[in-house]
Amino acid sequence: MTALSDTVRRLVSSTVFRFAILLVALVSFVVLAVSAYFLSQTTRSLTEQSVAMLRAEANVFVRQAQRGGLQSVADTVALRSEVPDAGLYYLERNDGVRSAGNLERFPEELERTSGGVFSYSLRGGPTQLAAGVVVPLSQGVRLVIARDAGQQLALAHQLRRTALIGFFLLALSGLVAGAVLSRLILRRVEAMRAASQRILSGDLSERLPESGTQDELDRLGRSLNEMLTRIDQLMGGLRDVSENIAHDLKTPLNRLRNTAEAALADPRGAVAHREGLERTIDAADEIIQTFNALLLIAKLEAGALERSREPIDLNALVRDVLELYEPVAEDAGLKLVADVEPHGVSILGNRQLVGQALANLVDNAIKYSKKPVRKLAAGREAVSSEAADAGHVPTNAHDGGAGAGVVHEQATSAVDPGRPIDEVRIGLIDHADGIEVRVDDAGPGISIEDRGRVLERFVRLEKSRTLPGTGLGLSLVAAVARLHDGHLELGDNNPGLRVALFFPKSDTL
Amino acid sequence: MRVLLIEDNAEAASFLQKALKENGHTCEWAEDGEVGLQLARDGDYDILIVDRMLPKLDGLSLIKSLRNEGSRVPALILSALGEVDDRVKGLKAGGDDYLTKPYASTELLARIEALTRRVVPEEQITRLSVGDLVLDRLSHRVTRAGELILLQPREFRLLEYLMKHAGQVVTRTMLLENVWDYHFDPQTNVIDVHVSRLRAKIDKSFDKPLLHTVRGAGYMIRDGVE
Repeated sequence: MTALSDTVRRLVSSTVFRFAILLVALVSFVVLAVSAYFLSQTTRSLTEQSVAMLRAEANVFVRQAQRGGLQSVADTVALRSEVPDAGLYYLERNDGVRSAGNLERFPEELERTSGGVFSYSLRGGPTQLAAGVVVPLSQGVRLVIARDAGQQLALAHQLRRTALIGFFLLALSGLVAGAVLSRLILRRVEAMRAASQRILSGDLSERLPESGTQDELDRLGRSLNEMLTRIDQLMGGLRDVSENIAHDLKTPLNRLRNTAEAALADPRGAVAHREGLERTIDAADEIIQTFNALLLIAKLEAGALERSREPIDLNALVRDVLELYEPVAEDAGLKLVADVEPHGVSILGNRQLVGQALANLVDNAIKYSKKPVRKLAAGREAVSSEAADAGHVPTNAHDGGAGAGVVHEQATSAVDPGRPIDEVRIGLIDHADGIEVRVDDAGPGISIEDRGRVLERFVRLEKSRTLPGTGLGLSLVAAVARLHDGHLELGDNNPGLRVALFFPKSDTL
Repeated sequence: MRVLLIEDNAEAASFLQKALKENGHTCEWAEDGEVGLQLARDGDYDILIVDRMLPKLDGLSLIKSLRNEGSRVPALILSALGEVDDRVKGLKAGGDDYLTKPYASTELLARIEALTRRVVPEEQITRLSVGDLVLDRLSHRVTRAGELILLQPREFRLLEYLMKHAGQVVTRTMLLENVWDYHFDPQTNVIDVHVSRLRAKIDKSFDKPLLHTVRGAGYMIRDGVE
C-alpha cells in the first residue's frame, strides 16, 4: 500500500506526468470549445433553414388566401394535416376558434410573436418541441405553420454526447500516456540517479546507464560519463602526483632528519654540528627546488603567466645553454655538439622559460649519457651517483671534508681516458611549419611504452631514481612547450634518446 | 649598514632582523606599506628590503612612489611570486634586485652586500685587482704576478663579477643571473664547474689561493686574510 502510494506520489511529482496533465487539460479545453462552437453553429443553421422553409410555406398560404379566399386555405390546411409527418398546422378564425389543423390549440409561446419554439402534444401523446411561424391572414384569421424540432434536438444531443465522449477518451488516454511515459522516463532517470549516488559514495569507475537509443537522455548520460571519465583521469593524475610527491619528498626529508640526528649525536661536537647543519641546508634546498619546479609547472599549466613574449634568437640561446653546460659535459666524459643552422632562427616567447626548457633537456641528456661508475686503474673511486645525489657535480663532490667555512676545491676529472667519447648533440632545425630543437643523447633511451609516462610530473623510471633530479624536468619542458603553442616529442636516437621540442614560427603566432 | 625591512610576516621579519644584526647591520622594521614608505622617506637607510605583498600599500607601489620622489636608495624585493614576469615587473617598478621566497639567509646577505656596494660607481673603474691578480677591463687582460692568464670570454666576465665584489660572498644564483642572465634553476650545479675551471687558471700554479668556496653560500675572491 505504501509502495503503491509512494509510486503514485512519485508519478504525480514527476515532471513528465505534470506536463502530460497540462497538455491534456489544454487539448480538452480546445476540444470543448471547438465542439461547443460547432454545436451552436449547427443548431443555428438548422433553425435558420427550417425557419426559411416555414416562411416560404407561409407565403404560399398568404397568396392562396388572396386568390382563393380563406376557405381554400382551410381546405389545404385540413388536407396537409391529414398527411402524417408533413407538418403542424393551426388555423384560427377571427373569433378565436380553430377552423382547421392538426394542432389542438394555438401555442401559448407564440401568442404575441411572429414565430419561435413551442411545445405541443398530439392526441394526448408526449410533449414535444416544434418551431413555427404565425402567419396573419385577412380579417384577423391567424395560421400557425410549424415543424417538429425533435430531429434537430436529437442531432444536437448526439453531437453533445459525441463531444463529451471524445473529451473523456482524450483525457483518459492523455493521462494514461503521461503516466506510462513518465514511468518510462522515471525509470531511466531513477537508474541514472542511483548510478550517480554510487559515484557519489566513492565509486568513480561507475558510469551512468545508456539505453543506446541516442535520445536526449542518452546524450546527457554520455556527456556526464565523459565528464566522469575526465574527472577520474584528473583524480588519478592527482593521486599519482600526491603519491609521487610523498615518495620523492620522503627521501630528502628522511635524509634531512638523519643528517641532523647524526650531527647531534656526533661526539666531535661543534665541528660536526656545523657540518650537519650545512648538509641539512643542502637537503632542504633540494626540497625547495622540487617545490619550486612543481609550482612553476602548475602556473604554466594554469596559463597564469602573462605571456610576456619577446623575440628570442634560438641560435644564440642554444649556444648560450651549450656554453653553460659544456664544462659539465666534459667532466662527464661527453662531448656537446651543436648542429645549428647558420642563419638566425627566432621565435616569440619567454626567454627565461625557453632557456630553462633547453637547460633541462641538455641537463637530462648529460645526466643519462654519463657512463656507470667503475673503478679506475689508479684505484681511486670514481665519482658515484650517491655523491652526485647531494646536488653537486662530480668535480666538487668531495669538498665537504674540511668542514671549515671556506674550503679550497680541487678540480678533478672523472673522464676515463680509455673510453670513446660519447656525444650529446643539439640540433636546431628550421622546418617549413615550425622550429625544432632536437637533443640527442647517448644514454639508455626510453622504451616506447614509457615515453608517454615520463612527461607526467614526478615520473622517474626506476633505473633513474638514484640520479639527482626532481623528476619534473621533462614535464616542465612539456609545459613550457604548451605555453608557447608547441609540443614535445620523444624518439629514438639508436642508441639513446631523441627529444624534440617544436615551436611554431614566430610569424604564425 | 642601516637596513629598513618592510615585511608583514612577523616571524620572517624577526628571523631576518636577527640574521642582519648578527652580520653587523642595524635594522628597523615596518609592518605595512604605509609605515614603511613614511620611514623610508624620513630615515637615512643604506638599503630597503621590501616584501611584495604588504597590507595598505604593496611593495611595488611603495618603491615606485619613492623613485618618483627621487630616492635612489637600493631596494631589494622579496616575493613569494617567483616567476620570470614578476621579476621583470619588480625591476621595472624600480627595485634593484628580486629574491624569491624561500631564500637562504646567506643569499639575502650576499645580495645586500652587492647592492650597497653598487652605489659606488664602480663601472668607471677600469682596473680591478685582488692581491697580485689584476684584471684590465679595457684591454680584457688578466695577469697574476705579472703572468698573463688567458681566459675565455665567459670566464673573463665571471672573474670580473667576482673581482667587482671582492671580499664579498657571491652566490651561485647571483653568478647565474649576472654573468649568464639566467633567472632559472639549472638543476645540475653548472656554476661550480665554471668556477672550478676559472680557479684552475688563476689559482692552480700559485701558492696562495684567491678564489674561495664559502660552504653553503657561494664563492668569494679575496686576498688571503681579511
